[in-house]
Amino acid sequence: MDFLAPTSWAEALETKAAHPDALPVAGGTDVMVELNFDHRRPAALLDLTRVPELQEWSRDAGRIRLGAGVTYSRVITELGGALPGLAMAARTVGSPQIRNRGTVGGNLGAASPAGDSHPALLAAFAEVEIASVRGTRVVPVAEFFTGVKRSVLEADELIAAVRVTPPAGPQQFCKIGTRNAMVIAVSAFGFALHPDRRVVGTGIGSAAPTPRPAPEAAAFLAGELEAAGLWDSRGPLPEGLATDFGRRVRDAAAPIDDVRGSAAYRLHALSVMARRAATWAWDSYRDENRSAAA
Amino acid sequence: MTSTETRTAGRLGDSPLRPDGTLKVTGEFAYSSDLWHDDMVWGVTLRSPHPHARIRSIDVTEALRVPGVSAVLTAADVPGENAVGLEHLDTPALADGVVRYQGEPVALVAADHPETARRAAKRIVVDYEVLPAVTDPRRALDADAPLVHASREDNLVRAMKIRRGDPAPTAPVVVALDFEVGMQDQAFLGPESGLAVPDGEGGVDLFVATQWLHVDQGQVCRVLGLPPEQVRLTLAGVGGAFGGREDLSMHVHACLLALHTGKPVKMSYARDESFFGHVHRHPAWLRYEFGASEEGELIYAKADILFDGGAYASSTGAVVGNGGTLGLGPYRIPSVHVDARGVYTNNPPCGAMRGFGCVQAAFAHEALMDELADRVGVDRVEIRARNGMVEGDLNITGQVIDSAAPVAELIRTVRDLPLPPEPEGERDIRELPGGASNTTHGEGVVRGIGYAVTYKNVGFSEGFDDYSTARVRLEAVAGEPVATVHTAAAEVGQGLITIEQQICRTELGVDQVVVHPKDTSVGSGGSTSASRQTYVTGGAVKAACEAVRTSVLRRAAALLQRSDLRLDGDKIVAESGEVVAGLVEVLDEPVEETVEWRHRPTFPIDPETGQGNAHVQYAFSAHRAVVDVDTELGLVKVVALDTAQDVGRALNPDAVVGQIQGGSAQGMGLALMEEIVVQDGHVKNPSFTDYLIPTILDMPPMQVKVLEYADPHAPYGVRGVGEPPTISSGPAVAAAVRAATGKALRRVPIRPEHITF
Ligand SMILES: Cc1cc2nc3c(=O)[nH]c(=O)nc-3n(C[C@H](O)[C@H](O)[C@H](O)COP(=O)(O)OP(=O)(O)OC[C@H]3O[C@@H](n4cnc5c(N)ncnc54)[C@H](O)[C@@H]3O)c2cc1C
Repeated sequence: MDFLAPTSWAEALETKAAHPDALPVAGGTDVMVELNFDHRRPAALLDLTRVPELQEWSRDAGRIRLGAGVTYSRVITELGGALPGLAMAARTVGSPQIRNRGTVGGNLGAASPAGDSHPALLAAFAEVEIASVRGTRVVPVAEFFTGVKRSVLEADELIAAVRVTPPAGPQQFCKIGTRNAMVIAVSAFGFALHPDRRVVGTGIGSAAPTPRPAPEAAAFLAGELEAAGLWDSRGPLPEGLATDFGRRVRDAAAPIDDVRGSAAYRLHALSVMARRAATWAWDSYRDENRSAAA
Repeated sequence: MTSTETRTAGRLGDSPLRPDGTLKVTGEFAYSSDLWHDDMVWGVTLRSPHPHARIRSIDVTEALRVPGVSAVLTAADVPGENAVGLEHLDTPALADGVVRYQGEPVALVAADHPETARRAAKRIVVDYEVLPAVTDPRRALDADAPLVHASREDNLVRAMKIRRGDPAPTAPVVVALDFEVGMQDQAFLGPESGLAVPDGEGGVDLFVATQWLHVDQGQVCRVLGLPPEQVRLTLAGVGGAFGGREDLSMHVHACLLALHTGKPVKMSYARDESFFGHVHRHPAWLRYEFGASEEGELIYAKADILFDGGAYASSTGAVVGNGGTLGLGPYRIPSVHVDARGVYTNNPPCGAMRGFGCVQAAFAHEALMDELADRVGVDRVEIRARNGMVEGDLNITGQVIDSAAPVAELIRTVRDLPLPPEPEGERDIRELPGGASNTTHGEGVVRGIGYAVTYKNVGFSEGFDDYSTARVRLEAVAGEPVATVHTAAAEVGQGLITIEQQICRTELGVDQVVVHPKDTSVGSGGSTSASRQTYVTGGAVKAACEAVRTSVLRRAAALLQRSDLRLDGDKIVAESGEVVAGLVEVLDEPVEETVEWRHRPTFPIDPETGQGNAHVQYAFSAHRAVVDVDTELGLVKVVALDTAQDVGRALNPDAVVGQIQGGSAQGMGLALMEEIVVQDGHVKNPSFTDYLIPTILDMPPMQVKVLEYADPHAPYGVRGVGEPPTISSGPAVAAAVRAATGKALRRVPIRPEHITF
């Protein structure tokens, strides 16, 4: 197996173009497991850890541009305020060791339905910046995943970064696992209020072949808030609204039964998480107002 | 440090640092998977993909063609008898004509690189004819069930009856339940591995991680067709065992390949293979009934217990024995009717695991004890205290409990330990169910408290000749007395090496004790299981030290021409107290003694009544669990898991607490998460991704109360420590979850969906 180790982004793209079957490796926390289990025997590994551009994040025209190689640990310590939903998700990933190695770009690259960044990125309407020697394209996260562990990436393409608009409102992320740490999500839910646009963001994890948003549920909740003038008044949520929203999120999922949990439980858990997340986020939104007024 | 300080350190009652402790924490300890020989080749195993199939043919041609491959072996290459097993010789070393479970070894490959060997194994063509499989143990004894072993009349491994007291008892209060326990795995961290080195003269040296070198040796000899002198075993670094290393794994395979290739052969399972490489804890189906007075005093108890033994017997018979004789818990019960059975199926073989037959039963009797308490309106702690055994009681096999049986004290002790503070105000999510996964900020969270007690036999039972051998040598080295202790008793992480040193220091007054590598050049140490090594090998080392002391004093008496001598530290002292010689002065020749030591005999139980003195010693423990349950999502956070245990005498107090903490975590794991999921004979989660064991964030800090009621029949008064915590912790956690949720929860592990639906 060849080991290709470019030291710049341009070189990385050229190498990928020259070796389209080379498997990129960032933190290696997915790749090494797959090699170990003999699930994959790539012709070559393309090591991205020596590409400085991937390890950076920056603010660009009001958005955060998060290099694909930024680890979960750094998301937590450096971006907890700017990307709260993603940081919450990052805190639930694996163990400290995994968070020190694992990257958001790697999570997207693996495209697992259980990837924990995905619901948070979906709820934040993030975009994936994809590059190749042919040029750069930007794909909304909701359009990035095409199937179980499959994405829109072409053979010569690499993920350069994720672009996220810092939140105008509160964000939440919840994940169910059968132990209190180091666990693959049985199901997960990301939620974001975007009061500037009067929009609700959602992301469902581990409950469909791909991570997916719950657009109807989101539109329903945003519409109800609009209709009741709540975006402005920041009044309490009407009785049952969060529960209704939870039900609609549940209806957007298509889970399976497996050793981690039954489909029925996943659906139930999603409705509870969505209800709670929406309630917490709305409470924070109301609190912001109070503290602003104070 | 002055010399008097070094002299007193590391004796019995101290907690000297373990020699392997720092190495393990820093990652430097050499486990069996680190074994290396410059000329070695790698062995791998081809395993059956089917739970039950006939092997029509095996074609190894393509595998042999792979460059670098030095051998491909099948059952046809076994020189001796192709049969191993702890209780029954029912297990082929390599499948011969039929496979009986998914993962059964079918062929072996040796090659110069493990990857090469794996690739070659994939080229072996096995023509299977899939057969109907018995995968529901509840159907295994049906007349129309397929036979797992065609040579047998049925699929029964062992049935045990216990009949005592009134054959048709009645009681004013009757409670009953059905319980089910899933298949737990030992999940030791060091997968099966070893190195077999041919000696060039037809024999072999095997370095391997195991629990009992001599029982392995006997089995390896049978398969190789070699006498014991030609099959020598040495213990390699063991990364945990918990019962999972009592049966052979790669032992015979590596030896077969080594003898065939003439090269040292290393075999080392990866994690997924490890799940197929050892037996698991028996899943069990239990039906229990208690009859009691209005005051909650037990009048009778009935139990029907079914263990799924899987494809091969392993230690199923003994597990049935324990489940039957101990399966009603540490209670005084006048009339008893117990049926315990273990059956063959085409599921993964099950055998020894910490707690051995008592773990499964304890979930049932403790759940039912709570039910009885609630029914008669007696407090759940008090009902246990009221029915709990005391010294002098008869247990259900009619055996007198002839040392401490402090059930009431243990359960009241855990009740009286401080409770964690009641939750108030806004809580850090890391303290709540789900932790950092942020699933609740307190919504739906209910606290529950649960209690459980247990008792467990220590040592081997039912008439087994249970002994250990110790060789102790005392000599002068550079003017200092040095003891060397040699036993074949496996150190599997529990701290036996340290105990052996402590005993020698205490008995012989020496500071320096060398522990000889554990191997088969000394007599059997018996199994490192059944919480028995400190008791039995400890007893053997003590006896060998005493023999050495006697020899030394005899020699001193001859030398000094007086007979009033004793050993005090490293001095030889006269009756008057006068120091007449230093120990080294009489050690111009080393003194060496070898002793075979046995505990009091046990006896088979009566096949019709189940009565008899089946066990040598009982160890008691109690747990109190406090849990917070998110009742809406079914997630559990164990807030406290406190325990009291009678250890007889704590020879090494830190090691005792370590055993109790580890055992408690393992029991809690079975209550909440640990299960090998088997569907139609296929294991669905052979990895640590989906076989979950508790992490540090699942395990609360523990309050551990150690009682020391010395057993007058045991060396130093010790009582086995390792297993009871694994037995009473799980039922306490399950009870706490029931208390929080109000759900019956008659199956463990309790999954979130059992709570929410
Ligand atoms: C013990 C353990 C626990 C884990 N727990 C969790 C968990 O709780 N939640 C969770 O979501 N995941 C978990 N994972 C999975 C893994 O850690 C994450 O998916 C992580 O984000 C992967 O990042 P990485 O940098 O290690 O990726 P790598 O393993 O290096 O790569 C992952 C995939 O992405 C591709 N890739 C990487 N970078 C790029 C790029 N720039 N462009 C294109 N493709 C790229 C690789 O080719 C590969 O296919 C766990 C893994 C382990 C071993």
